Amino acid sequence: MPGLSEILEVLLLQNYNTRLVVLSTTLLGIAAGLVGSFLLLRKRSLMGDALSHATLPGIAIAFGVMVALGGEGKSLPALLLGATLSGVAGIATMLIIRNTTRLRDDVAMGFVLSVFFGVGVASLRMVQDLPNAAGLESFIYGKAASVVMSDFLLIALVAGAASLVCLIFLKEFLVLCFDDGYAAAQGWPTLFLDVLLLGLVTAVTVIGLQSVGLILVIAFLITPPTAARFWTDRLLPMLLISAVIGGVSGWLGASLSALTPRLPAGAVIVLVAAALFLVSMLFAPVRGVLPRILNQAALRRKEDRQHFLRAAYEILEDQAGDAPVANRSFPYEALLPKRSWTPRHLRQILRVARREDHLEPAPPGRLRLSEPGFGEAARVTRNHRLWETYLIQYADVAPSHVDRDADMVEHILGAELVRELEAKLGGTLPDQRVPPSPHSTGDRNTRSG
Amino acid sequence: MWTSFDTWIVIVGMLCAVACALPGCFLVLRKMSMMGDAISHAVLPGLAIAFLITGTRASVPMFLGAALAGLLTALFTQWIMRFGNVDRGAAMGIVFTTLFAIGLLLIRRAADHVDLDPGCVLYGAIELTPLDTVALGGFEIPRAALVNGGVLLANLLVLTLFYKEFKLSSFDPDLADTLGYSSQFLHYLLMTLVAVTTVAAFESVGSIIVIAMLIVPPATALLLTHRLLPMLLIAAGAAVLAAITGHLGALVVPGWFGFESTTSSGMIALASGLIFLLAWLFSPDQGIVMRRFRTAPAPIVPLSNTNTDIA
Repeated sequence: MPGLSEILEVLLLQNYNTRLVVLSTTLLGIAAGLVGSFLLLRKRSLMGDALSHATLPGIAIAFGVMVALGGEGKSLPALLLGATLSGVAGIATMLIIRNTTRLRDDVAMGFVLSVFFGVGVASLRMVQDLPNAAGLESFIYGKAASVVMSDFLLIALVAGAASLVCLIFLKEFLVLCFDDGYAAAQGWPTLFLDVLLLGLVTAVTVIGLQSVGLILVIAFLITPPTAARFWTDRLLPMLLISAVIGGVSGWLGASLSALTPRLPAGAVIVLVAAALFLVSMLFAPVRGVLPRILNQAALRRKEDRQHFLRAAYEILEDQAGDAPVANRSFPYEALLPKRSWTPRHLRQILRVARREDHLEPAPPGRLRLSEPGFGEAARVTRNHRLWETYLIQYADVAPSHVDRDADMVEHILGAELVRELEAKLGGTLPDQRVPPSPHSTGDRNTRSG
Repeated sequence: MWTSFDTWIVIVGMLCAVACALPGCFLVLRKMSMMGDAISHAVLPGLAIAFLITGTRASVPMFLGAALAGLLTALFTQWIMRFGNVDRGAAMGIVFTTLFAIGLLLIRRAADHVDLDPGCVLYGAIELTPLDTVALGGFEIPRAALVNGGVLLANLLVLTLFYKEFKLSSFDPDLADTLGYSSQFLHYLLMTLVAVTTVAAFESVGSIIVIAMLIVPPATALLLTHRLLPMLLIAAGAAVLAAITGHLGALVVPGWFGFESTTSSGMIALASGLIFLLAWLFSPDQGIVMRRFRTAPAPIVPLSNTNTDIA
């Protein structure tokens, strides 16, 4: 087990042996996070999958060709050039299949992925007999520890350039991703932009081959952007978050792998990214699963409270007849038929109302609103009726139907909107605190809301 | 210099390819080809865990582990799609890369005391299958042939039993649901078939080339016919042809470039790709070349215009 100082040394890039590895995967993560974001928004995440598998024959063939030409064979730029060329050929095949047959994208991608990989495996096995061929398979699973200074420079250069292009073409990619039809109609060169995007994906994939391998580099392109999507609905923040998640995965993953024997960097990086994804999916405030559930529950509670208060106010109105409405006690039985509540649900609502001090102690079988509860009930009822009147006058909703329509919106009426409604309806409303209901307020057992 | 070894390799390849092509047809028709990709990558941890527990290859636990991993892939993808509002492609990508990473980690960590080569997982060792034989009724039959033959029979059985249901739910899942055939159930049944078939094939051809067997023959068949039963038959025929020509190619092609040998599995993938190319060029009603010679070219009819979630 490595000590704390050793861990810190690796994480803070003080260790000479691991510095290059950690830095290169971090840069790779950042670039992949940026490029992958556009790929995700363009709904082409799996393109990276097909593309990365399609690079294998290029690596093997480039090696074979270089040896045949009398070279050493193991020069990284040449191998990556081969990878790029076969990756591009893969994309071209994919597009041809998609555009000339009735087969769809998924088949085209599966075809390219598997056939190219098969060719790659076959040619890899062929060149295996050549001297110095050992280690070519490390492109499949990745071998981060093999990164040397010249490799690092190449990775940094390509990652930097890819990130820069992403930022330069931010606006163009934004239009392309969100509405390509509009972009084309406005005269944007959508074909060029698509090709540019795929070019960036190819670049990131190819430089990721050496350190994380051709299967796990897919995760670098997909996971950080998808995680980032949970945190925001805006493009620029999403790009930043995605780059951060990608960078952190690369940094933490490579460091962990460097500190522990027999922990392949690619796999650890993917697992760190997956953990960040899981946290984002569950807890991210904007689109996370848990906050969404909590929001829904809170809205349901608010609805219940407002329905209860309005029902109580309407009962009091009925009791008062023509006299002004006063806060008196009323029988529990009168409440139940007002809405399609089950007795159990109603008891729960009443418990909450007591906790919120909307109810005062009352004789058994009867309920009595507290002073603040009564005020709140008047306010809620007033908002409901304002909205109903508005719907009748401006949206031509029939008075007999307006209750349900109003129900759908009134819970989210803000103070601003209420003032606006008052101003609009001011002339037509009787001058009193709560206007009368524009429809009959009898038992509402048969209605939903 | 064709030996009985070569015969067995071709037989194993054929059984494998046909066993894959049958469920593959439904994957292609349901526009879920990439699910085959995801599942075949993701069975790795299932295999690794089963292997670590039992210590043997190609046993019942291995099947169970892989089938479970395959089902989990389908399930997790569905959950991330539904609860996270994530695009299907992205959800699949996250699930299968994560599971693959877990599997890779397990194998590497246990590399000292187990013999499961990660390279083998990806491209198999079909050349070695005739060495591992089982005595059956006086004959020495390679275990891989038995396993793949068994899976082929199982696939045939399930697809025959549920032919009508699969047909209906592939073309109109809503109608299938309305009529009381749960397309959910059929979906997971198909995923299980794919997972089990993948595992059976993985030992011989590896987890990525198996995708070529799942997708490419059905895609070829789809270029040649518009009907389901002919499609299944043509796909099976293309699979057999690919296995034979693939192995022949593995014997012949390396010589052209001055190399000694190559893998049959890779060449089978290449052969199926070339058969697809032929169909693409010369299909009677959809081929590129044939359309040239027609007065009124047949329109390209997409499978469906409604599904765009894998773009």
